[in-house]
Amino acid sequence: MYKPLLCWRYLRTRYIALASIISVMLGVATMIVVNAVMAGFSHEMEDRMHGILSDVVLEGHGMENIEDPQFVMDNIRLVAGKQIAGMTPTVHVPGILSYGPPGQEHEQQIMFIGIDEATYASVSDFSKYLQHPDNRNQLSFQLRESGYDVRDHQMGDKAPLRIGMEQAGWKWRRIMAQRQKAWTKVQPQEPGVGNQGAGGNDQGSGVRGQGSGESQADDLSSDHPAKTQADSAAPAANAAAKDPFGPQPVEQLDPAKKQWPGVVLGIALASVRDHDGNDRFLLLPGDDVNITVPTAGTQIKRQDWKFTVVDFYESKMSEYDSTFVFVPIKELQAMRGIGSNVTAIQIKLQPGVDPDTVRDELRSKFPPELYGVYTWRDKQGALLAAVQMERAVLNILLFMIIAVAGFGILAIFFMIVVEKTRDVGILKSLGASSRGIMGIFLGYGLSLGIVGAGVGLAIGLLFVQNINQIRDALEWVTGQPVFDPTIYYFYEIPTIIDPFTVTWIVVGALSIAVMASVLPALRAARLHPVEALRYE
Amino acid sequence: MSEQPQLIVPRRANSPANSPLAPAEGKLRVPDAPPTPHSPIPIPHSPIPTPNSQLPTPRSPSETYSAVHLSAVGLHKHYRKGSLDIPVLTGVDLEVRQGEFLAIVGQSGCGKSTLLHLLGTLDAPTAGEVHFSGRRIDNLPATLRERLRNEQFGMIFQFYHLLPELTMLENVLTPLMIGRSTWSYWRGRSQSVQRAKELLNTLGLGHRLKHRPRELSGGEMQRVAIARALIARPQVLLADEPTGNLDQNTGLEILRILRTLNAEHGLSIVMVTHDAAIAAKADRIVRLAGGQVVVPDVE
Repeated sequence: MYKPLLCWRYLRTRYIALASIISVMLGVATMIVVNAVMAGFSHEMEDRMHGILSDVVLEGHGMENIEDPQFVMDNIRLVAGKQIAGMTPTVHVPGILSYGPPGQEHEQQIMFIGIDEATYASVSDFSKYLQHPDNRNQLSFQLRESGYDVRDHQMGDKAPLRIGMEQAGWKWRRIMAQRQKAWTKVQPQEPGVGNQGAGGNDQGSGVRGQGSGESQADDLSSDHPAKTQADSAAPAANAAAKDPFGPQPVEQLDPAKKQWPGVVLGIALASVRDHDGNDRFLLLPGDDVNITVPTAGTQIKRQDWKFTVVDFYESKMSEYDSTFVFVPIKELQAMRGIGSNVTAIQIKLQPGVDPDTVRDELRSKFPPELYGVYTWRDKQGALLAAVQMERAVLNILLFMIIAVAGFGILAIFFMIVVEKTRDVGILKSLGASSRGIMGIFLGYGLSLGIVGAGVGLAIGLLFVQNINQIRDALEWVTGQPVFDPTIYYFYEIPTIIDPFTVTWIVVGALSIAVMASVLPALRAARLHPVEALRYE
Repeated sequence: MSEQPQLIVPRRANSPANSPLAPAEGKLRVPDAPPTPHSPIPIPHSPIPTPNSQLPTPRSPSETYSAVHLSAVGLHKHYRKGSLDIPVLTGVDLEVRQGEFLAIVGQSGCGKSTLLHLLGTLDAPTAGEVHFSGRRIDNLPATLRERLRNEQFGMIFQFYHLLPELTMLENVLTPLMIGRSTWSYWRGRSQSVQRAKELLNTLGLGHRLKHRPRELSGGEMQRVAIARALIARPQVLLADEPTGNLDQNTGLEILRILRTLNAEHGLSIVMVTHDAAIAAKADRIVRLAGGQVVVPDVE
């Protein structure tokens, strides 16, 4: 009985113990915050990775070696039909995306993915990331009239306005066609230059002289003083023109009324994010782009095609957003000249089914010489493992902080034991056992741990809950962006509090506090009562 | 632990006593001893003496005591400092009889306190034996010695040795908290608190229950220490210079309390002092010098 009483009194009267309480508290709070943020980040990341990838992928070796996708899909259904929620074939082809006026082409190496617009949404969260609400319901490669999101719909109202998106769609296409028409009227045609590309030029800019391209943006800005900010930020968007030198499919269409086959671009291909976190668009839905892919066959040739941007997708994985371009699978197959061959079958599993078991089942049935089967985790294994590793190392380091706090407790406890030497003698003279004395100091350590960990827990949870306000305050005080949305692609710091982790942190802190008090407690217990009584 | 079960009585329930100071009966089986002198008269409510008040007179040495209560047989105590061997006690023989008030006097450093610590099993002798109620106690296992200290011996020190973090009441209750498990302490808590309050009341400290030691005077602290020594109803009181830190009047007051306890409750008291005037109030004086009892039974 005297043990808890003395623990409690020592806790209330020894202010030096506050130091160790604070160190435990800081350690616990830091670990909780860091774990919550890291869990939030990796969860967000996995979510985004998984969002665009299907659960299981069956792919042929090489570019498009699955010759009869329907046959393969039937067989997959035969093997693991009950666990499968949906399947769709895809074609993956590396290529080059280019847009912009001649001489100023913006070119990017990208990965074309041919998808079946009817079924692709059933195997991944792809459609969730599109910018037009109707496309999120059912993807269509037809350009929508208007109604594209002017804010990032995944962020809600907090996201900044996306300037330009309010015009996107047919509206924008007609504006561009009109401007183009006006431009061609003003600009006298120079015979002999650019004729080669004139045939396929939807907006007429290809007929311009070689040197005029550079001044076009300035000209346009002065011609149209009422232009939006997005226009001046992205002059390239004003005229999507094709490479005048490449071989062109000779086609003509009225850009104000018709569109090329649709394409969905990763949002990072069409925009840049400035330092305030605003997106500046180089392209809008309604603009045309050029796509170059190699043809299949023994003599590989380049093939240029025109597409009309019908939507953007924003998975917030910058790697995906800046490499993937989705086009109708039929178009891509035609461009490549591969008939109905596909690269891979994307498989979506029923909820709760373990992708690994399905993968193993499929692997045992499909000859590995012809097909590779992977889960989405396999595909992103290295990155996921790196994140996992990072988290583990950080946890070890942070636990060291609490261990340091443990040494603080150790030192402070030795002081307290020395200070309390006479009390130990008195208690022993009154019949207290050595174990009882040890119990006092172990209990004292435990209660320091409980108070420290408890307060640390509360502070940590509060911090996590208000982390975005704290970030704002820090940014306001320091004037420096603490959390740069251009890097992370989200506006708010994601956090997840895992009760299991929190429990472990608290238990770990408590056991460190107790372990640190073992030595001083032993010392107190071993004090000789007579010497302790004599101690002044 | 189990070889001497008769020495330590089972833990007492709070038996209703006539007086808060009444010693518990049947604690020990003392083979030849007659029943302990037992007084139903409680201590006067206010024991603070006026300067002229009479101290109870010491009993004459010729008065016989029934049984040896606590004794030392050929006690040696040496301290080792490296290779140096410092003898403090070199063969002390001492007997304290049931209900006797014995004073041990001697110069500083003659080993008085060491002897008292040995008698109270706080320290182990280098050679020799300590007996309590006919049983050897210096070689008992630690747990039994702890229970002995907790239940049979009450100790008072020159520097009071109260726990500074606890209130007066809690200080007095400490031996009970130590001696009982948390559960049994809580069950009997109200009775224990009642008894502690009565004890402090009889010692004139009823109004200072919630005060901390540093808020009290020396005499008050020593009275609290006495209350603490008595709370577990011990049989022997070991007092180490109980008046050494007090002025004369306060010292006499403390001594008066000790005499009253001795006279009315038959408490055996061993008091160590270097003050001959204080020692004179005891029944018998033993002088220690050179690590031995030089004049057993002065007069």
